[in-house]
This record gives sequence, structure tokens and C-alpha cells, in this order.
Amino acid sequence: MNWVVNNLDLIADLSVEHIRLAIPPILLGFVISIPIGWLAFRFKLTRGLLLTLAGLLFTIPSLALLVILPPLLGISALSDANLTIALTIYAVAIMARSVADALGSVDPAVRQSATAVGYGSWRLFWAVEFPLAGPVILAGLRVAAVSTISLVTVGILIGTESLGYLFTNGYQRGIVAEIFAGVVMVVVIALVVDYLLVLVGRLLMPWTRKQKTVRPQLEPMPLPTVRGAA
Amino acid sequence: MNLFSEAMAWLFAPERYTGADALQIRIGEHLFYTFVSVLIAAAIAIPLGYFIGHTGKGREIAIGVSGAARAIPSFGLILLLVLLIGVTQKPLAAFVAFVLLGIPSVLAGAYSGLEAIDRRVIDSARAVGMTEWQILWKVEIPLGLPLLIGGLRSATLQIVATVTLAAYIGLGGLGGYIIAGLALRRFDQMLGAALVIVALALVLDGLFALIERFVTPRGVAAGRPSDVRTRSSRARAVAE
Repeated sequence: MNWVVNNLDLIADLSVEHIRLAIPPILLGFVISIPIGWLAFRFKLTRGLLLTLAGLLFTIPSLALLVILPPLLGISALSDANLTIALTIYAVAIMARSVADALGSVDPAVRQSATAVGYGSWRLFWAVEFPLAGPVILAGLRVAAVSTISLVTVGILIGTESLGYLFTNGYQRGIVAEIFAGVVMVVVIALVVDYLLVLVGRLLMPWTRKQKTVRPQLEPMPLPTVRGAA
Repeated sequence: MNLFSEAMAWLFAPERYTGADALQIRIGEHLFYTFVSVLIAAAIAIPLGYFIGHTGKGREIAIGVSGAARAIPSFGLILLLVLLIGVTQKPLAAFVAFVLLGIPSVLAGAYSGLEAIDRRVIDSARAVGMTEWQILWKVEIPLGLPLLIGGLRSATLQIVATVTLAAYIGLGGLGGYIIAGLALRRFDQMLGAALVIVALALVLDGLFALIERFVTPRGVAAGRPSDVRTRSSRARAVAE
């Protein structure tokens, strides 16, 4: 544990860097997955196509994706952009499905009522469907956020410094405490971000507070992916 | 696109298929690590998941564990276990890491498969005099099989990805080409190997998709057309 005490600065710096790398893919994934999820929900044809594609993208191992993206997009393999794009792809792959499922979970009677009182499709989406789909979308966002934070560490293999630095450095120098500190910090950041997302969800969706909607959101990941590329 | 043709040239070069570093050996290693780990994870997680799903005991713990496990960085876990178990026992350490990473998905697949069953079906089984053991084997397990296969599917894919990372500790497998290529700046080799890894993952995913369809009890498949929006209704009518 001496190592940890002597290197608190390094751990703090890498944690900040880690968070800085994790936030753009999470936000981008969220923004991009809304129109994609809507398309998947709205039309039968695009549903099969988009959700199958999302399922397939998600099966690509991270290291392979980090190698394939640069020549495909013409960027440097050793750039932050490479990692950001790869992680955004995973985030979209997770969230597009949950946005589609979330919109599907909105009671059709509510949708019809909104149409009946004169809501156009744009306002129907933002004022009725999107907020009501919120809890399920949030569940997907939480899964995407946690897995993104954990996947940032793989970036160290292509030279992007994050808490993953503690893994390779600790391994090369044979310091167990260093790797352990890295794993613990990644888990702590993931849990804190997860908690913050729940908190934001409660603030933005006050109607979910009293019902115990938090519980189904904790369902583990296989459930959404199970219905994937099948 | 030039790099892609170089990667193809690397892939199809005759020397790729000879010697100790041959592609088929690396694919074999990759599959060996994956399958053995999935089997061990299944041997541990399926009975546990069935116990949780059948009795309803420990459900909260199972959900918590599988949720929290997602936050653990697999790359860090492998390196940590190698140092803890011993640098001389790298394969053992790697297997422990793979199994640990595979368990949550299989566990979730096993218990959610049982949990997703309509309670009335189980009550009916009990009402016609089935013992708990019969209910488990004749009702719950067959009905829960598609979700269990789904759990095995995610576990397999996650382990395939993690075996790739494990090449960093010199475990072999297809990731070895990428790790070596990174040091040597051999981009054709890295890209060629990455494409093989993607192909491997997609083939495994496709196999599991087939198995999933195959194990779905006929009665269940017939009773859920509303859920399957990806197929056209005409094909369904023909099938029936």
C-alpha cells in the first residue's frame, strides 16, 4: 500500500484524465442513439436493420475495433479520437436498442390521446414519448456509461493514457498495489457516475421517484443483448 | 484502403500458415481459452442461477453482482491476477480472470430465464402434481433455455474480447499478433489479425443466434409473434 500513498498525485491525475476520456463517448452515444433508436422503433424495416447492426458492432472486441478504425477513417491509431470513436460506437450499440425498447414501452393509449388533443409528431416525441420513455433510456445510459468507463482502460494499449496506465506500468514493475489501485479507481468512478445518473434521473423525472422503478433498471446487461442479432 | 490490401496480403501469405506462429494455431488457442472458460463459468453459474431463479432466494445479490461486475476493467483484472497468482502461472491466472468475467452473464441468463416464465405456468405444473424437481427439469429449464443461451452468448463474446487483451501477458491467441504488431509498427499484421478476430466473434455470435432459435420450445416460438418485429408476417404464416 506504500505505493498508493506515495503516488496519490499520479492516481488523481490519471483519474481526471480517465474521466475526461470517458465523458465524450457517453454524451455522444446518448445524443446519437436517440434518432437511431427512434428510427428502429418507428419502422419495421429499419428496426431489424439497425438493431442487428448495433448487436453486431457490440460483438467486436475492443482491441480489434481500435485497430480497424484508424485505416477506415484515416486517423492516427495512437490518437484520442480513435478511442473516443470506438467507445462512442459501443455506447450507441448499447443505447440505440434501449431507446427503441423504451419508446416501445410507452402506452399506445397515451400516444393516441396526445395525437387526439392535437400534438404534432415532433412535439409528441419530445413532450410525451421521450419523457415517458425516460426511465428505460436512463437504464441503457447507465449500462453504457459504466461499460465505457471500464473500456477506457484498453486505450493504454494504443498509447492513450488513462487509469489503464497503472495496469501496464504496475504489471511491468510487478507492483500489485498499483494495478489494484487502478482497478479500484475505475470501479469507483463507474459507481459514482452511475449514482449521479440515477440522481439526475430522479431530478428530471420526478414521477419515477415514488414508484420503485429503480429496481428493474438494475437488470443485468444480457437481457437487452439477448434479443440482439437473433 | 491501401492498408486493407496489405492486411489481406499478410493474411494470405503462405508463411502465415506454417511454423509455431501459424494463424490456425493462434485461432485454436483463442478458441481453446474461450471455450474452456465458458464451460467452467457455465458449470459454476448455471446451477447457481437455477437455484436463484427457482427459489427466488438471493435474487438481489445476483442482480447486484452482475451489475457491479460490468464496472470491473477486464484488462486490469487479468494483470492483477497474474501478479497475485504468480508470473509463472499465467494461463491459470488468465483462466481465473476469464471465468470470473464470464460468470455474471451466464448467471443472469440462467436466473432471468427462469424468472421470465409466467407464474401461472409454474403454478399449473405444481397443480397437476409435479414435484419441484420435475418442475425445474420439465418446465423451467426448457422454457428458460433461450435466455440461458443468450447469457452464454454474451459471456462467450466477452471472453473472446478479453482473450484478445490477454495477449499482453504473452498468452498467445489472436491478440498476440496485435500486441506484437503495436511494438513493431506492423500495421498490416495488426489489421489482418483484427479482421480475423472480428470474423471469429461474428461467427460465434451467429452460432449462438442459431442455437437460440433452435432451443426455443415450439410452443413458445408460436406464442410470441407480436414480439418479433424483425420478421415479415408472411414468413410466419408459411411456417405455421
